Amino acid sequence: MKINSVANNGITIITLAGDIDSRTAPVVQEQVVPMTTEADKLILDLTQVSYMSSAGLRVLLLLYRQVASKKGQIILVGLSPSILDTMAVTGFLKFFSTANSLQEAVASLQS
Amino acid sequence: MVTRIDVYPTHRFGNYWLRMGHPFPFGTTFLAGGINFSVFSKAANYCVLVLYERGSQVPLVEIPFRGLFEKVDSGEVVWGEFRIGNVFCMTVFDLPYEQIEYGFRMDGHYPRVSRGQPGIHRFNPEQVLLDPYAKGIGGRDIWGIPPNWEDAFPHRGRIVRDDFDWEGDRPLEIPLEDLVIYEMHVRSFTQDPTSGCKYPGTFAGIREKIPYLKELGVNCVELMPIFEFDEFENSRQHPQTGELLMNYWGYSTVGFFAPKAGYAFTGQFGDGTQVADELKTLIKDLHSNGIEVILDVVFNHTAEGNEHGPTISYRGIDNQTYYMLTPEGYYFNFSGCGNTLNCNNPVVRNMVLDCLRYWAAEYHIDGFRFDLAAILSRDPWGFPLPNPPLLETLAFDPILGKCKLIAEAWDAGGLYQVGNFAAYGRWAEWNGKYRDTMRKFLKGEPGILGEVAQRLQGSPDLYGGRGTGASINFITCHDGFTLMDLVSYNHKHNQANGEDNRDGSDDNYSWNCGWEGETDDLEIKALRSRQIKNALAILLVSQGVPMLLMGDEMGRTQQGNNNTYCHDNHLNWLDWTLIQKNADIYRFARCCIAFRRAHPALRLPYHPHQEISWHGTQAWNADWNGRVIAFMVDGRQVSPIPDNIIYVALNMYWETLPFELPRLPPNYQWFVFANTGAEICEEVWDPGQEPVLSDQATFLLRGRSVAILVGR
Repeated sequence: MKINSVANNGITIITLAGDIDSRTAPVVQEQVVPMTTEADKLILDLTQVSYMSSAGLRVLLLLYRQVASKKGQIILVGLSPSILDTMAVTGFLKFFSTANSLQEAVASLQS
Repeated sequence: MVTRIDVYPTHRFGNYWLRMGHPFPFGTTFLAGGINFSVFSKAANYCVLVLYERGSQVPLVEIPFRGLFEKVDSGEVVWGEFRIGNVFCMTVFDLPYEQIEYGFRMDGHYPRVSRGQPGIHRFNPEQVLLDPYAKGIGGRDIWGIPPNWEDAFPHRGRIVRDDFDWEGDRPLEIPLEDLVIYEMHVRSFTQDPTSGCKYPGTFAGIREKIPYLKELGVNCVELMPIFEFDEFENSRQHPQTGELLMNYWGYSTVGFFAPKAGYAFTGQFGDGTQVADELKTLIKDLHSNGIEVILDVVFNHTAEGNEHGPTISYRGIDNQTYYMLTPEGYYFNFSGCGNTLNCNNPVVRNMVLDCLRYWAAEYHIDGFRFDLAAILSRDPWGFPLPNPPLLETLAFDPILGKCKLIAEAWDAGGLYQVGNFAAYGRWAEWNGKYRDTMRKFLKGEPGILGEVAQRLQGSPDLYGGRGTGASINFITCHDGFTLMDLVSYNHKHNQANGEDNRDGSDDNYSWNCGWEGETDDLEIKALRSRQIKNALAILLVSQGVPMLLMGDEMGRTQQGNNNTYCHDNHLNWLDWTLIQKNADIYRFARCCIAFRRAHPALRLPYHPHQEISWHGTQAWNADWNGRVIAFMVDGRQVSPIPDNIIYVALNMYWETLPFELPRLPPNYQWFVFANTGAEICEEVWDPGQEPVLSDQATFLLRGRSVAILVGR
């Protein structure tokens, strides 16, 4: 699991690479949740995530709750069709805004 | 708060870190840092936890519950046993729980019993056994994919998280008498391509169709079995056609705590928690749309069959506890399916209770319908009990306190308890007598009007003192003909089942309207359509709780097959084009449901007394000997919201008859809500839009027709 983050103009872009499952989800939680304490505009780039287990879905929801509690915004970018389906049928998708590209997500947060 | 002091391993076995587990609750539980495993067996003296990497044929590790372990603090090797009473319990730390599948090996001091032979216990330490409390079960992850028949451990336990964001959802607690139940099969509902669903045949597919259910107006779905079952159990090829025949309906449980993975779109990913999430999301969304969820649960037998059947779980763990056995060790067969779960054994009783509590608490299920529930009143030797402990336990359980409990009050051993099922003021029943009486009435059988009147009132003759909610009224259900087939066939046509038409009931009380099966005869078709509407009208104006069979609202046919348990094809799949093809039937059903829901007078919680009056072709003068009856419910006396006056004329005679209408109070007029004898464009109206009746004194009703009038 690789985790990178870049902050620019008040927007934090976090890029995850690798599968998010019960082995890696705790790592994501440990590293990414603290990033939300400073940032209130967050983009999570999941283009390089090909699989997300139920533990992965739960970390996403934790992130959402963190950001929402501070009236912040979070946008998911680059969801694979399979992850999109999984999130749709398990009810997790409805919590999130999604964008097809980073540019779109940035534009949406700036507007 | 100070951290718990028991969240650290005390023992080591190879690379696995352990400690003595908690015996309660059974199954797997998440603890800080570890997974607790707990399994009961009274007869086993030896138990091993077997862990697999998901899908692997070779175990990752086998950890005995008794043996030599290294102590973590001192490093010394000690003898240890992780067992309290008859419960083997162990906590294993740092497991990658999503990637793990698990089972148990068990042994006891009993002679080996080979397949086909009777035995009190059937221990075989070679065999890996499914946890009876497994919350997720792998092995049939995608519906219909032929299994690996060589797999010695085909149904594997998975570890499932119970956390789900319900966002304040809870069971709806709609009063029973206000329900309109829709009995459906998860796969059949949307598997047909005409459903247009993105996730056909799944829980997610039902969720896509919630707008349809709302439009139809039902406020409860009853799902045919969704506990994990094996669609390949006893699968075979049809001797003539070669078609694959399966355990399609699923009335044969593998595990009582796990949703059927093959019913989930997410089943393909092998993640039990996602399967649970998908089902919970469906339930949450049904609830937010005002629709309750009842599960059809099968506690009368399991998928292990008789002594020739496979050992999956229960019989390898504690055969004598889980099953009713003859003294020689043969299986009693009150279920007609090979074995009988020993439901009034205290341990099994607790398992049933744990199971229902789990579904009510963790899945927010609104109620349960118990398949062949009369079995649940038998003692371990099969004798009916006067005060069955299991039924009493369920009736008084705090967590199930608001759940609907519905019994199919008969079994395959000849115990028929409709009307005298031990109810404890809580149990409702599938009213088989309602079905039979109304079918006879519909086909024009004379001389049964007294019984018809009882059924219309919620069967006070059967359920006096228990209220109308005790009577689940239905004319059709998954067992037997669909409504379209009830009016199209005199006899069952089950050749497709490959049993030479011997299976399925012969007592259908059906009438084909003049021709057996499909026809182009317009007169016959019109009569069938009218008979379907008559049935829908009768069902939806009866006191008690109406239950509709999936597809009857659009004229679904099974081509005369009255026992389609084995077909994964168009015989079961709902053809959604029928909504257009039989638009009149659909509209009629929809309006009748709306009418019922608009009129509390039709949903009295108690059996009507002064509210109801009986009539015939003459007002206030019913002729109880023929085929014609009318009744009026005076809703003005209904509290807390007074209703209209509703008059229903039922003419099951074949000629047109004039019905003298009861005179209404001053300033009231009769309006026509439905008249199945009218032209299609005038046979039903949206509630509130009913036209006023031109002749307020007499209603001319066509033969084999039903009229429903509203006085206001």
